[in-house]
Amino acid sequence: MDPLILSRIQFGANISFHILFPTITIALGWVLLFFKLRYNATNDSAWMRAYFTWVKVFALSFAMGVVSGVTMSFQFGTNWPGYMEKVGNIAGPLLAYEVLTAFFLEAAFLGIMLFGFRRVSNRVHTLATVLVAGGTTLSAFWIIALNSWMQTPAGFEMIDGKAHAVDWWAIVFNPSMPYRLVHMLLASGLTVSFLVAGLSALRYLNGDRSESMWKALRTGVFTAAILIPIQIFAGDQHGLNTLEHQPQKIAAMEANWNTGPNVPLVLFALPDEAAKENKFEIAIPDGASLVLRHSTSGVVPGLNDYPGNHPPVFPVFWGFRIMVGTGLLMLAVSWSAAFFLKRRHSLPKPLAMLMVPMALSGWLATLAGWYTTEIGRQPWLVTGVLKTADAVGPVAGSHVALTLAVYLILYVLLLIAYLGVLVHLALKAAKDGDSSPLPGVMKAAMSQPAAGE
Amino acid sequence: MTFDWPTALPLIFAGLMGLAILIYVILDGFDLGIGILFAVAEDAEQDTMIAAIGPFWDANETWLVLAVGLLLVAFPMAHGVILTALYIPVFVLLVGLILRGVAFDFRAKVPSGKKHRWNRIFFLGSVIASLAQGYMLGVYVLGLDVGLGGMAFGVLVAFCLAAAYAAMGAAWVIYKTEGELQKKAVRWLRTALVLTALGMAAVSLATPFASPRIFDKWFVWPQMLYLSPLPILSALLFLWLWRQTFHLPKPDDRHALTPFLTLAAIFALGFAGLAWSFYPFVVPDKLTIWQAASATESLAIILAGTVVVLPIIIFYSFYAYRVFGGKATDLTYD
Repeated sequence: MDPLILSRIQFGANISFHILFPTITIALGWVLLFFKLRYNATNDSAWMRAYFTWVKVFALSFAMGVVSGVTMSFQFGTNWPGYMEKVGNIAGPLLAYEVLTAFFLEAAFLGIMLFGFRRVSNRVHTLATVLVAGGTTLSAFWIIALNSWMQTPAGFEMIDGKAHAVDWWAIVFNPSMPYRLVHMLLASGLTVSFLVAGLSALRYLNGDRSESMWKALRTGVFTAAILIPIQIFAGDQHGLNTLEHQPQKIAAMEANWNTGPNVPLVLFALPDEAAKENKFEIAIPDGASLVLRHSTSGVVPGLNDYPGNHPPVFPVFWGFRIMVGTGLLMLAVSWSAAFFLKRRHSLPKPLAMLMVPMALSGWLATLAGWYTTEIGRQPWLVTGVLKTADAVGPVAGSHVALTLAVYLILYVLLLIAYLGVLVHLALKAAKDGDSSPLPGVMKAAMSQPAAGE
Repeated sequence: MTFDWPTALPLIFAGLMGLAILIYVILDGFDLGIGILFAVAEDAEQDTMIAAIGPFWDANETWLVLAVGLLLVAFPMAHGVILTALYIPVFVLLVGLILRGVAFDFRAKVPSGKKHRWNRIFFLGSVIASLAQGYMLGVYVLGLDVGLGGMAFGVLVAFCLAAAYAAMGAAWVIYKTEGELQKKAVRWLRTALVLTALGMAAVSLATPFASPRIFDKWFVWPQMLYLSPLPILSALLFLWLWRQTFHLPKPDDRHALTPFLTLAAIFALGFAGLAWSFYPFVVPDKLTIWQAASATESLAIILAGTVVVLPIIIFYSFYAYRVFGGKATDLTYD
């Protein structure tokens, strides 16, 4: 059993599992802040009900993110010691700043945000929500900075085979970082808005017509409808940035085997890496040249320029198509839902039924996008600096096989439990509606007990 | 020893890492301990015990992330050596932490019929994580010896640490609860204290004889004299706390926090002893903190951030503990 392959599968599984939860918490923090600010402005308890429903989802997602994140940070050492040994001087400070500036902030104020409503003043509770939302976003900033640096390294020099920092500004704001950060933050916003809309639609289908359901539903649908065109534009810009800095990744995404002009846009194909050709290809003539170079005769890089040094084509090609396809579906669903909510003040049942599975569309698109960009970086761990194969540790393959098996079982079970609880929370909220008393809220808003009381 | 930045920075970071581990062991110690004590608590008591740690555990666990993070960023060479050598125990620890961390949240949100299952998982995760931490410490003390002797020693330390965490958990319950549960916690503390004292004594005696280098660091004149306060003070604190348990809880709940603070002091003393045993190695007998350290410019940029941010973190952590001060009340989201 090859420890390299097993370690790659293990890390891939771990990061796939992990990314699901930050993707939710990053944007959900801001949605909660929105609910809270609306409540502060209107004193309408339905906003607070929406807050309490979704703060539970936040807490659970945060816990899942923490435990899988801790696992990931340990795996740097257990499986990939070569990574920190070679680029630790760069990666170290970025990770340290993430923990110091962001992680502690989130973790410390999460308690107040979750349980502190009656213990601190309304203002402090709102502030805690701001700090948690800001903390998760700051966390994303540092992690994306590091990830982007691995994609498009800058601001360093190699001394005795180790990377040393020369310009920290250039390291953090490396060429692909702003694009990647915007793309990821928008992805998080879309994931959360579809999750909120989808679970609210589930409540709607179960007969819930409470004010808190409508408020969450509208928030989800309108946010999604606004964010999706922005995301399509940002994604396009990110693609052009990738063309400039990682052309081999673009070649794999387009399954373009030969560099040249008039490259078609492949809609469907089964790329065959051995034969260096696409089977069952359906393509728009000159499409890729037009999209990437804005001219039918634009030259698009091909895989033939990177023999033995380009990513595996099949997963990158399909990852990209699944992401884009999901994005187009998001556009259609969110705009039609927005239309019905705005013009008709209702939600047709078939559309509501479609929105329930679409609650997870953000996860699908995010994962597909991550596979595109991360597999697209192979065979490099840090582009041009460190190959993935050179970072793996001296652990026996059998050990990795054992841990991989247990992790996989654990992740699958936890994912089932997590989704089960989301549905349970939605159905419970649907059953309770707005009729059950909301203990403490109005009282707390009026009397505002001080800390320690 | 000349005192320039390349010499001082690794030393400072070794100190910071030690501090992060100590804070972690004390803070996550009590919530891991409460998970262990789940085995002997009843349903209603479990809810109260969870309420006593609910708002804190996330931040507590963050200290582990910081400690590993500092090992990762400040001593990347050591990080790889230690974690690959401890591959399986690290994995066991992670499984424990995952189970415990999610069970904590799930138990409050699942339909009531399934709560028991998550309570059991919470207990299981806490026990697994505690034992794994102790085992790793034991193996590490002996220079990452994974022979039969090293493993046996690891198992000994594992049970010692689990008992110590249970004692911390009991002490926290004494602080955060009242009535019948508080009295019960005093009895838990008494049992756990005996086991902790036995374990700590065994480890303190076994360590120098298992490692000649550590023997030489302790049993030479005049070091013996300077170091003697560590074991003597620890023993005195143990005895004093043991006597105290017969008078707890006191009227008006005086001294409810004393057992916890006493245990924290004992932990700190034990930790100082360990630190002295290791210095100047970060991988025992293999890599010193200077050999394993990151580049000076990288350490400098982390230190700059740490100096500014760490006091702020400590300040708002105190604030969070203050907000949820006093006896634990039912933990509700609204």
